[in-house]
Amino acid sequence: MTALAVVFVCAGVFFLLMGAIGLLRFPDFYTRMHAAGKSDTLGSLLVLTGLASYGGLDLPSVKILFIALFIFVTSPTATHAMARAAFKNKMPLWTKEEN
Amino acid sequence: MQDFFLGASLVILFSVLLCLYRVVKGPVIMDRIIGVNVIGTKTIAVVVLTGYIFDRVEFFIDIAFVYALINFLGALTLSKYFERKGVVRRTTG
Repeated sequence: MTALAVVFVCAGVFFLLMGAIGLLRFPDFYTRMHAAGKSDTLGSLLVLTGLASYGGLDLPSVKILFIALFIFVTSPTATHAMARAAFKNKMPLWTKEEN
Repeated sequence: MQDFFLGASLVILFSVLLCLYRVVKGPVIMDRIIGVNVIGTKTIAVVVLTGYIFDRVEFFIDIAFVYALINFLGALTLSKYFERKGVVRRTTG
């Protein structure tokens, strides 16, 4: 169980770090959202699942899995709302010729 | 095992620092909103990791759950507000 927790937490931390680098480096709002939304969801999901597997099957692990399920539902919803707010207000898309 | 959790939290906090640059510097206001949202999602993982570091998981989990709720509601409310006001393109800094 401990080895499984180590593998899951390491993978989750890797995804969170890559999402932060993508948020820092991409040129446009939509591409930054592409980097941040997906990798952030997957990274926090992996970290929480690894911690739940480390604790064994008891009440805190079930609560952590419930938090992971909540993030799995709400994080794409928030990302979708932000992208729609930007697109409805006609934020310009990044093109290679302009920049 | 506590040292491993401490190292994982420190790496996540370093990535929070990278996101904070986007929040401070972001050219459009939606960049700041998504930066704050990403920082909040990372904070949930850090709070649960802190519970395992101090061996008090059952207290920290409730804090993490409330943080997840507030993070989701904040991002949704801010994006709805700026969608209706139409000031997405304003640059403030």
